Amino acid sequence: MSDVTPWSEVLELVRPATVETLYMVLMSTLVGVVGGLPLGVWLHMTSHVGLTPKPLVHRVLGAVVDVTRSIPFVVLLVVVGSLTRLLMGQAFGSSAAIVPLAIAAVPFFARLTSNALREVDSAIVEAAVTTGAGKFRIVWTVLLSEARAALVGAVGVTMLALIGYAAMAGAIAGGGLGATAILDGYNAYDDRVLYVSVVLLGILAWGMQLLTDWVTKLVDRRRAATNV
Amino acid sequence: MITVENLTKTFTQSNTSVAALDDVSLQVPDGSVCGVVGTSGAGKSTLARCIALLEKPDSGAIRVDGTDLVSLEGSKLRAARRRIGVVPQGDSLLRQRTAAGNVALPLESAKVPAAQRRSRVAELLDLVGLADKSSVYPDHLSGGQRQRVAVARALAAKPSVLLADEPTSALDPGTTDSVLTVLERARSELGVTVLVVTHDMAVVRRIADDVAVLEEGRVVEHGKVLDLVSEPGSRIGSTLLPETDQASTLQLDSGGHDVVAEVVLVGFAAVGALLPEASSRFGVELSILGGGLTRLGDTPVAKFRVGLSGERSESALKWMIERDAHVRRAPVSVDGVAA
Ligand SMILES: Nc1ncnc2c1ncn2[C@@H]1O[C@H](COP(=O)(O)OP(=O)(O)OP(=O)(O)O)[C@@H](O)[C@H]1O
Ligand SMILES: [Mg+2]
Repeated sequence: MSDVTPWSEVLELVRPATVETLYMVLMSTLVGVVGGLPLGVWLHMTSHVGLTPKPLVHRVLGAVVDVTRSIPFVVLLVVVGSLTRLLMGQAFGSSAAIVPLAIAAVPFFARLTSNALREVDSAIVEAAVTTGAGKFRIVWTVLLSEARAALVGAVGVTMLALIGYAAMAGAIAGGGLGATAILDGYNAYDDRVLYVSVVLLGILAWGMQLLTDWVTKLVDRRRAATNV
Repeated sequence: MITVENLTKTFTQSNTSVAALDDVSLQVPDGSVCGVVGTSGAGKSTLARCIALLEKPDSGAIRVDGTDLVSLEGSKLRAARRRIGVVPQGDSLLRQRTAAGNVALPLESAKVPAAQRRSRVAELLDLVGLADKSSVYPDHLSGGQRQRVAVARALAAKPSVLLADEPTSALDPGTTDSVLTVLERARSELGVTVLVVTHDMAVVRRIADDVAVLEEGRVVEHGKVLDLVSEPGSRIGSTLLPETDQASTLQLDSGGHDVVAEVVLVGFAAVGALLPEASSRFGVELSILGGGLTRLGDTPVAKFRVGLSGERSESALKWMIERDAHVRRAPVSVDGVAA
């Protein structure tokens, strides 16, 4: 049983860990959005309610997305470990953890995107079709623009999921609040470090959700239901 | 000019097939307004969607200003769509764009430069009477205002034809009026050919030059409104014109008159003067047994059931027919009982 770690040391531990967690989550979210958005658009466009239904393409895409999504993250971590070594030269640290995180984020965000686009009223899409708009314009000015609130929400959900995944990835690959909680807290029987790390993870998640809600409200021009 | 030739469209769903359009042909001349009426499920929207190039017909031709549009694809299809303004059934505005942003959409599709786009959008919002609402989002507009924005959007790229599917459904009479006024201005100020789908006869009465009645995917009546009203047996005529209340007038009055006839009069001159002039010129006593006056567009139209008494009753009727009154002799026998 160790002595209680002084607060200053706890701070020394969790400060860089918080930055690492933020770094992992934001980078993998970025990759997830950059990769998942076009994939989600493609998934939607080829579906039977999309503008260019292609059942075969849709089924293959859907299978790839859903199979990837259904691999437990821990398994993904291990499997991707070797690939990570190839790409990053190492399989440890928060930069290395971004690879499996991004691989999880892309299909996750793609599925959320395709769901969001499906909710855009077909009457609105058709009205745009009658203006002679091309496919690209319809995707950009109608589908993505009209689904903006749901898409911002999807970014938030992805970030939140990635905070959890990043804690897991960090615990295995090293780095971030997850690693601090497990290695410096739990394994070292240091409750103070453990709980501070967990609380910080919670605060990060809560902060990201607040941010998401705020941005959603900022971009959404629909009238909210009122109850006066 | 919109020409539809032998259009057929069948929907098949779980082993049952519905002939939504069955050999439909109709024409809408340049600069005129054609109303398409019919009961729910008659195929009105399907027709409008085919002409809007949203639905591919099984067979038949759709010409706008001469060219057949049915087989177009790719960029030619998109160019053709730009010449057809569409006001779809129900809400269709982008909810994340202002009124002005919605009206600008077709101009963006047509790659009109931004400066020109702004002035054109302002022009159109002015046309529909919403100049002060340009930066308001659709959720904060009333139903009638939204519908007028939709009309402005449909007109933005200067189409030669405008299709409107139930533009006034779910609107109260006053608001309906404001939307119809806008459609009428499109025709009179921009020279657009308008096809308006509606189940509301008031719309036909207010703005239609021509009308087509659809029933189970077939055109059962088609022509100029003012011609159809004087045709015996026309549904349009019997719906748009005042009731002459045959049964009761027959029993009450036919006995006293030498001739009983139904007279349809079209236009200011006829409605105002024909009956009194016939009466005085031929010295016959003329009494109105039923019917009344109405207005179709700007034209006053009357349908009366009249009783004529006097020796020269027949000549009076003949004289009225020569002056374009539409006269139908009521089947009456001398003792006052319907034959
Ligand atoms: N996409 C579709 N799939 C299957 N059947 C359809 C489809 N669209 C229309 N129909 C059928 O075609 C017929 C005509 O429909 P349409 O929408 O043209 O009627 P409508 O005259 O516009 O009716 P309303 O006044 O109710 O709008 C209906 O029987 C309808 O069920
Ligand atoms: Mg309809």
